[in-house]
Parts: sequence; structure tokens; C-alpha cells
Amino acid sequence: MSVSVDSTTSATANRAEALRPHAEHAFAAELAALAAQDDRPRPQRWKLSPWAVATYLLGGTLPDGTVITPKYVGPRRIVEVAVTTLATDRALLLLGVPGTAKTWVSEHLAAAVSGDSTLLVQGTAGTPEEAIRYGWNYAQLLAHGPSRDALVPSPVMRAMSDGMTARVEELTRIPADVQDTLITILSEKTLPIPELGEEVQAVRGFNLIATANDRDRGVNDLSSALRRRFNTVVLPLPASADAEVDIVSRRVDQLGRSLDLPTGPEGIDEIRRVVTVFRELRDGVTADGRTKVKSPSGTLSTAEAISVVTNGLALAAHFGDGVLRPGDVAAGILGAVVRDPAADRVIWQEYLEAVVRERDGWKDFYRACREVSV
Amino acid sequence: MTRTGEGAEAGALLLGVRHHGPGSARAVRAALDAVLPDAVLVEGPPEADPLVGLAADEGMRPPVALLAHVVDEPGRSAFWPLAEFSPEWVAIRWAVGRGVPVRFIDLPAAHSLARTDEPTGSEESGETPAGEEAVRVDPLAVLAETAGYDDPERWWEDVVEHRATGGDVLAPFEALGDAMEALRETYGDGGHDRDLVREAYMRLQTRAAVREFGAGRVAVVCGAWHVPALRRRATVAADRALLKGLPKVKAEMTWVPWTHRRLSRASGYGAGIASPGWYGHLFSAPDRPVERWMTKVAGLLRDEDRLVSSAHVIEAVRLADTLAAMRGRPLAGLTETTDAVRAVMCEGSDVPLALVHDKLVVGDVLGEVPESAPAVPLQRDLTRSQRRLRLKPEALDRELELDLRKETDAARSTLLHRLRLLGVGWGEPARSRGSTGTFRETWRLRWEPELSVRVAEAGVWGTTVLGAATSKASADAVGTVALADVTGLAERCLLAELPDALPVVMRVLGDRAALDADVGHLAQALPALVRSLRYGDVRGTDTAALGEVALGLAERVFVGLPGACAGLGTDAALEMRGHVDAVHQAVGLLGEFGAGGAGSSGGAVPGAGPGGVPDVRSRWWSVLRLLAQRDAVAGVVRGRSVRLLLDSGELADEEAARLMGLALSRGSEPAEGAAWIEGFVGGGSGGGMLLVHDQRLLGLVDAWLSGVSDDAFVDVLPLLRRTFSAYEQGVRRTLGELVRRGPATAGPPVTGLGIPGFAGDLDAERADAVVPTVRLLLGLTGASAGPVEAGTHLAGADADLAGAAM
Repeated sequence: MSVSVDSTTSATANRAEALRPHAEHAFAAELAALAAQDDRPRPQRWKLSPWAVATYLLGGTLPDGTVITPKYVGPRRIVEVAVTTLATDRALLLLGVPGTAKTWVSEHLAAAVSGDSTLLVQGTAGTPEEAIRYGWNYAQLLAHGPSRDALVPSPVMRAMSDGMTARVEELTRIPADVQDTLITILSEKTLPIPELGEEVQAVRGFNLIATANDRDRGVNDLSSALRRRFNTVVLPLPASADAEVDIVSRRVDQLGRSLDLPTGPEGIDEIRRVVTVFRELRDGVTADGRTKVKSPSGTLSTAEAISVVTNGLALAAHFGDGVLRPGDVAAGILGAVVRDPAADRVIWQEYLEAVVRERDGWKDFYRACREVSV
Repeated sequence: MTRTGEGAEAGALLLGVRHHGPGSARAVRAALDAVLPDAVLVEGPPEADPLVGLAADEGMRPPVALLAHVVDEPGRSAFWPLAEFSPEWVAIRWAVGRGVPVRFIDLPAAHSLARTDEPTGSEESGETPAGEEAVRVDPLAVLAETAGYDDPERWWEDVVEHRATGGDVLAPFEALGDAMEALRETYGDGGHDRDLVREAYMRLQTRAAVREFGAGRVAVVCGAWHVPALRRRATVAADRALLKGLPKVKAEMTWVPWTHRRLSRASGYGAGIASPGWYGHLFSAPDRPVERWMTKVAGLLRDEDRLVSSAHVIEAVRLADTLAAMRGRPLAGLTETTDAVRAVMCEGSDVPLALVHDKLVVGDVLGEVPESAPAVPLQRDLTRSQRRLRLKPEALDRELELDLRKETDAARSTLLHRLRLLGVGWGEPARSRGSTGTFRETWRLRWEPELSVRVAEAGVWGTTVLGAATSKASADAVGTVALADVTGLAERCLLAELPDALPVVMRVLGDRAALDADVGHLAQALPALVRSLRYGDVRGTDTAALGEVALGLAERVFVGLPGACAGLGTDAALEMRGHVDAVHQAVGLLGEFGAGGAGSSGGAVPGAGPGGVPDVRSRWWSVLRLLAQRDAVAGVVRGRSVRLLLDSGELADEEAARLMGLALSRGSEPAEGAAWIEGFVGGGSGGGMLLVHDQRLLGLVDAWLSGVSDDAFVDVLPLLRRTFSAYEQGVRRTLGELVRRGPATAGPPVTGLGIPGFAGDLDAERADAVVPTVRLLLGLTGASAGPVEAGTHLAGADADLAGAAM
């Protein structure tokens, strides 16, 4: 026991120097202000009422003037459904393409609801059952035989016994048989330990937030039995082109600075173009809403747009004149769009001929794309 | 009585409602049951008074609408739609069921239709009200929004129905009347002076009814917005003055069937609703509306083969209830249930949710009207057109020849096409006997009695044949799935002259074309579209939009075709050859349209068009060239492409021969070679003559066939037989002769003239035998006829003979 106390202390000491502090520490002041003024009913062991949790995520101003910064910019409905799901003791599954703030939302939800976002299982292809149930301290096990002391509880188990929120990242990457360990936990709310003839029963306040990528959901699709235990919330991509351009250019700026790449104001046109192309192909309709286009198999997420632009900047800086030009991004776009060499190529050419060719001021871009496409 | 809910002056019970509000409907029924009035007055055109009895008819099933139209001008009309859950409908049914007189008290349609400055809305699809307009149209929605609700029905439920009123069924109406008074103090008349006139009329009618039935014995069901005006004390003289000198037309009324989908259109009552299915559910569900709704949704999703268990329903209800609690609402409304359905039953996806919205939230309910209802204006419009065009409806079969260059005939054709679109199959197009020109049409006419029923049914779509056909075509376009059906529809729109429907059809066509990944579909759609373009030319319709869509479609075919032609089976390849042919023909016609200057592109130069962008024909040539050269492309398509290029002068003879040699060389599969030959010379497109005339090509075929191994020969034989048996007998025989005569492949410029049936070189001995006769014929009686000279003459004689043989 003493070991764990020591580690907690040292963690506290290191908190200030952490490269990236946990949500509950970074926004401790906001959480405290919300808790102080929250007079609505709280579910058992919740640090805040569902309403206050929603406010924490969406931002707002409290009666005493405390400003709560928005953690998630997006439809209010999504946050409300997510928080309500946790309040109904159903597990929450956050779906979305990469780069839609799934992990970010799950961390802040856990921080606001339980005041602790660290009960985390990272899902990988190699995640074992022990990571979700429990493992054994073999030295103890050999020395004293099976006992509670020899047991190493998983984050999920600790969340159950303490009535906290557990998080599972990338649920669909976990092998199917390991995923199914969650079924008993979520439906019976209990975790049997047959070696000891005991069980850990979840106390009120326990819940689970899982995130998964819905683009390559084929990795280890959830069994319908498990899926039934989750309420699903899909986190959308940015709603408007301007918002997305803003996100991309800000992120590109940050990345570029760390790589010593220059960005000029001319670059913004190219960024806008990349974002427009990505959005149009993703949504299957042109920005003016008048022409439909086919969507390719790739994700075309905001994150990919960022990497296309960063790539183009590197090209421009090292091989060009430092100004981001259509030719610098064309190859990157082609690579992002054409994932399936047969079907996607046709889609891309159709898009080029039907949309890009006709568009005013896109002549250079069209030509650059034709060059790399052939 | 000092009740505020009653008209202070008139002594009538004022029941202000939300049009199409199920909550209002239930409250109205409760109020009527409690008060038991002797007469019920309803907001609506008084011309409908004689029709009100039909509401109790067995055959009457809401949603229906009261339709008023100008007698001579069926296009000017207005609708008052009534759903099962409309308070007006509930009041009418209540009264008719008990034998209580019902009267409509709104301004007569004769006046409201006479106003030309304001669209009556029957032809317009619901304009979205904004600002002050919104207040007038749906004041309850404004109150609800002020209170932070997005669904006025839920606000009504929360504020009116779930509040303990001590069982006083009239209390909600009092409160609502007060609220409206406050609203109207702020907004005045909502910017509509027309309302003042209507309200003056309503006051007069109410007053008259009260005089007849006694104070407190009359109930008025009207839009909540009008309650304060009816409460207001105004002198009879002032009201009369307002009504003086109103323009008037002759108007008629009838009941028409309505649909839930069309309830969302604002007309008559001016209040469209977005979720008629949900409202209908709220009204008909006896209790636990959310639970019942979720069960309905689950049933729908199960029918669509989605896994939805009872556990899902339970969890969805729980989530909806908790969401409502979190949003501070006493009961889950449509937004909460939708959110819950999405998260629990649809796995966060909007796709199944769209289905739920379409089938349940809006719904497919279709109303019915008894046969005894007066004829719909559409029938009148049809009768008038028939009279004008001297086309009598007769039960006998009759053939009708139309010359579209004549005005009357063109109008007749248009009418028949429109009726066909509406499902009124009076005339069926028949094959023209004689002329096949595009300006001729033949119809077989036969008027069956049930066509009248069809006309009545088509009355849902509009009041004139033109209007109805336009809305029907637009609705059909949106509902069609297959691309070829949409192009067919576009063609019919042109034939029926529906310029207003065409943009919708074109938009749908563009969308379907963009999303259709099957090149075959696109290729099928293209010819019909191009044909439509030509029809358009004949009939002088504007077809610019059509041409653009056709060009776009062609572009998509060009991009997709090379990929689609690879790896095809035999049957699929044959089908694809048909597509290539069809596209080729269509592009030919389209080129004339697209380039504007048609002549320039016909030349042998595969150059670019005027704007640096290659025109549609030269792009098609390059696609064909690609097809011709790609090994992965099916043989029959490759052969066909070479042939098309050759015929168009885009491919030199040598090049064609080279490609044929490649296709027929030993390295390629014999079956592929045979398919290539079929593509190149098969299909009754004059391929036989080509072989007859170009011996080099024939030689290639011959050499290939001789080189095919015995086993392979058995395989390719049926293919070749299919190819060559399609030729005319003469061609076949000539080919046979040519082949029997042996290889003419010795060298490209054959010394002889290569005339069918003749050897390559002259048989001098036999030729000499003819010379005397020829000389005689030509009148050359000169004696000196040395053999050398004869030889030179022979060439000329031979040529003459050839000319005679042809």
C-alpha cells in the first residue's frame, strides 16, 4: 500500500512540470467553480450534475461571472446525449473519424463526472484480458497463494469498486474475445474473480466511455451483444468550411514553426482550396450545393488536410520558392484521395473534370492535378 | 358570464387553437364535450357549409382538404388542409356526429380568391415565414420559442396540458387568449391588413350565430391569433364598412384527398407542419406516447432488417426521458426521442434515422374523399381543354394522327402526354404508319369510365392539367431511383411541355448521374437525353439546361468507360459494345449541340476545340483510342472501338490494320480474336462490305483463321458463325469467293483491281476471246489489232466491265 502512496505524492509533485497535464488538473479552477455553484441534483458519486458537466464541455458563464471555456466546439445535442447516457448508467461509445476529438471529449467527460480521467485502458491489437479484468502479481502469488493482495486490478476494476468513470480507447482495435470481457461488466455490473471465489460489484457512479474509429471499424467490429450495451454518439467533422480552414491553418502554423517552415499569407488560399476539395469529396456535394460528386474510400479528415498542407509547405520551402503553390499540394491531395487505385482514381478524375475544370481561378490547380494524375 | 374565454360582446365561447396541433385538438374535444354548444363555428370559407355533412361520410378519411377555386380559372385556388389531429376537423366531426350545425365563418373564398396581390399559395410550395409573418402564422410557436422550446406542441403539452387546471377544460383557452392579447399588442396585426377584414367578417358571423342560438350556446374554433380580435368590441357598422366593396369572383368548393407530406405546405390556414406523423401519433396514442413511439420506430427498423430488440426500446425510452429531464422538460418530445433513437437504435448513424423521419415523423398517410364530393377542378380544366382542342372522350378505340407542326395538333399531343404523366391513360402512343419524322405522332385513344376516377385521384396534384402534371413529374423525379427512369421522365417532360418541372428533373438527373457508379446505366441514359435534346429542338423548347446535363453525363461516361470495359464476361462485353455504340451515336448528335460549330470537328485532325478544351467529340475519340489499345478491354469492345474510329476517319487504314494484326496475332487467345472480329465487322453495320473492299483486312482475318489450332477452331467457330451469318447473302457469297480464290495478301497494292469474283491477274487467253465483241460494242472497227495493243486495251475494257458488273 505504501508504494502506491509514494507514487501518488511524486505524481503530485511532477504535475506542474508535466508536458501535458490531465484535464482535471488543467481545468481544476473551472471544475471547482462549477461544483460550488451547481445546485442541481447529482447522480451518486458524480462530482457535478449532468447539466454542469454539459456546461463544462460546451462552455458558458456562471452566475458569479466565472467564464467556462468551451472544451468541445460542436453541436450541443452531442454533448447532451453523451452526458445523459452516462447518467442513465448505459455505457457510452464515441465514434468518429480520426481527428474529431473523441479522446479529448472522453477525457473531459471523465474529468468532469468523476474528477479523474486516468482510469484508462489503451486498446491495441495486443491488449490482453488482464488489462480489462485483473492481473496477478506473480511474486505475491507464488509466495502467499491467491489472495486479494496478489491481485493487480485493471483500471476498469478500480472504477467499478470506486464508482468512477473508466475509459477504453480504440475499442475496435482490441481483439474480439477480449472485447467481450466487457459484456458481463456492462450488463451484470459485476466482475467475477473465480480464483478467489469472489467478485467485484460495481458501485453506483461506475460507467464506461469507449472511443472507436468508425472508418476502419472492420478491424475488430463489436459483437452485437456488446454493441447493444452502448449508446453510440458520432462526433462529426467540422460543420463549416471556415471553421475547418481555421483549424487547419492554426495547426499547420504550429507544426510549421516546430519544423522551421515559413508560412506566408498566400498560403491561406491553398489551404482553403485543400479544405474545399476535402470537404466536397467527403460530403459528396460541391460547396455551393449544386453538384453532387462521388466520395472516395479515404477518410479525408481534417487531420489529413493538415498533413497535406504541411507536406506542401515542406515541398515549397525545400524545393520551391517558399510560397505554397497548387503544384505543392496536388500530389498530396492525390495521395490522400486515391486510396483504392481503381475506384478512387475514377472518382478523382470525375471530380477534376466535372468540378475543378469549370471553377474560376482554379486553372493552375486543375493543371497541376492533371499533371500528377496522369 | 364574465368568462374571458368568451367573446365579450357576442357571448360565444372562443376556442383559440394551433392549426394542426394535436394538443389543441384534444383540448377542443374536451371543451366541446363539457359545454355541449348548440352550434359550432369554424374558421374556414363559408362556401364549404353545404359540404360539411360529407365529413361524417364513411368514405371520408383524413388528411383531406377543402379546396376553393375560381370557377373559370381552376388555377386560382386555395386549400384548407385538415388532418385527423386538426382541431378544426375534431370540432367538425364532433358537431356532425351529434347533429349540431357547423358553420364556417372566415371570409368567403369568393373574396379571398379575388385578391390578386397575394399568392393564395396553392401553386407555391410553402414559403417559409419569417419574423412578423411567423407570429401571425404560428403564434404558439413564437410563444414556445420565447419560452425556450423548439417544438410548439411540447410547449403546449408542458404549459397547457400538464398543468393542473383543476379539471377546468376551458382554462387553457382563457390563458391562451390572454397570451395572444399580449402578443398582438406587441405585433399589431402582424402586418396583414387582410386579417382585419377577415376578423371583421368573423365577428359579424359570430354575432349572427349568437343571435340565432343564444348567448353561450355557440362555440368558435379559430386560430389563436384571431381570439383577441373576436373578443374585441366593435360596432356592426364599423365591421360592415371594412367589408364594403371587396372584389368578388365566382368560387366553388370541394373536398380533395390530401397527404401528410403535403401538410407541410403552407396554404389556406397558412400553417405548415414539419412532423405530421409525430403529431398524428401524439393525437392517436391513448397514453405513454414516448413508449409507443419507440415501439413503432423499432418495428419500422426491424422491417428494414436492422437488429432492434426490446432492450433497445427500453434503453431508448430511458435515454429520451433522461434527456428531457436534463433539458428541463417534463416530457420527452420529438427532439429527445430522435436523439435517443439515433444513439441507441441507429448506432449513431443518420442513415436509418432518415428513414424514420421519412416514414414515421412525416409519414405516408393518404386521405380519401367520398365519391359524392363535387367534381375536382382538374376535371373541369380537362373538360375545357377537350372542348377547346375538339378531342371528345369516346369509349371506342380511335387512332389519331398528329402533325406537330400544326398548333392544334401540338396542343393535343401535349395534353395527351400530360395526362399520361398523371396516370390518366386516355391515349397510348402508337407506332406511326407512314412517316417516321419527329414531327409526327400517332395515338390510340379510348376513354374508359374509370379514367374519371383517375382524374379525381390526380386532383391531389393540382387544379389544372398543367399544374398537376408539373407537380406530379417533380414528385416522380424525386422518387425515381434508376437513372434511365429519370432521363425517360425528362423526355416526357419535354413532350408534355412542362418547363417548370424540367429544372427539378434535371437537378435529380444530375444528382443520380453523379452518384451512379455503373457506366452501363450512364450509357443507357445518355441516348434518351440526347434524343430529348432533339425533340426540344423540334418543339422549340429551351434545352440549354438539358444540353449541359447531357454533356456532363457524357463526361462521366468518358471517365468511367475504360475501367468498366476491362475484365468483362462474354455477355457483359456484348452489352458493353451496345453501350459503346449508343454513346457513339449520342456523342455524334451531342457534338452538334455542344460545339455550336459542328462542321469543324468532323475533320481528321484530332485537335482541340476553340477554347483550348477539347470538344466532346475529340474527347470521345481519345476514349475510343484508349479502348482500342488496351489489352485488358474485352475483345469485342476493342474491335468495335477500332471500327468506330476507322469509320469516323479518325484512324488511318494502316493503323487499323496494325491493330487488327495485333489482336489476331498468335500471342492472343483465339476466342478473344474472334470476339475482336465480331466487334470490328459484326452486328450488321456494313462490316461485310468493309472486308469485301479491304482485302488486306480480309487477308488478316483469313490468315488468322488458318493459323488457329484445331481445338481452338471449335471454340471460335460459333462466334465467327454468329458474326458472318448476319451478313446479307450477296456479301457472304462474295466473301466466300474471295477467300476461296486464295490469299490476296501477297503485297499491299494488289496488281489486279481486287474486284470481287475476279483473279488478281488477267488470264490473257480468255480475255482475248472477249476483245472482238468488245470492239464491236465500242464501234472500234479498226483492223490493226496486234496482241500488244490488245493488251493495253484490255485494261480499259476490264475497267468498263467492272463498271457494268457493279
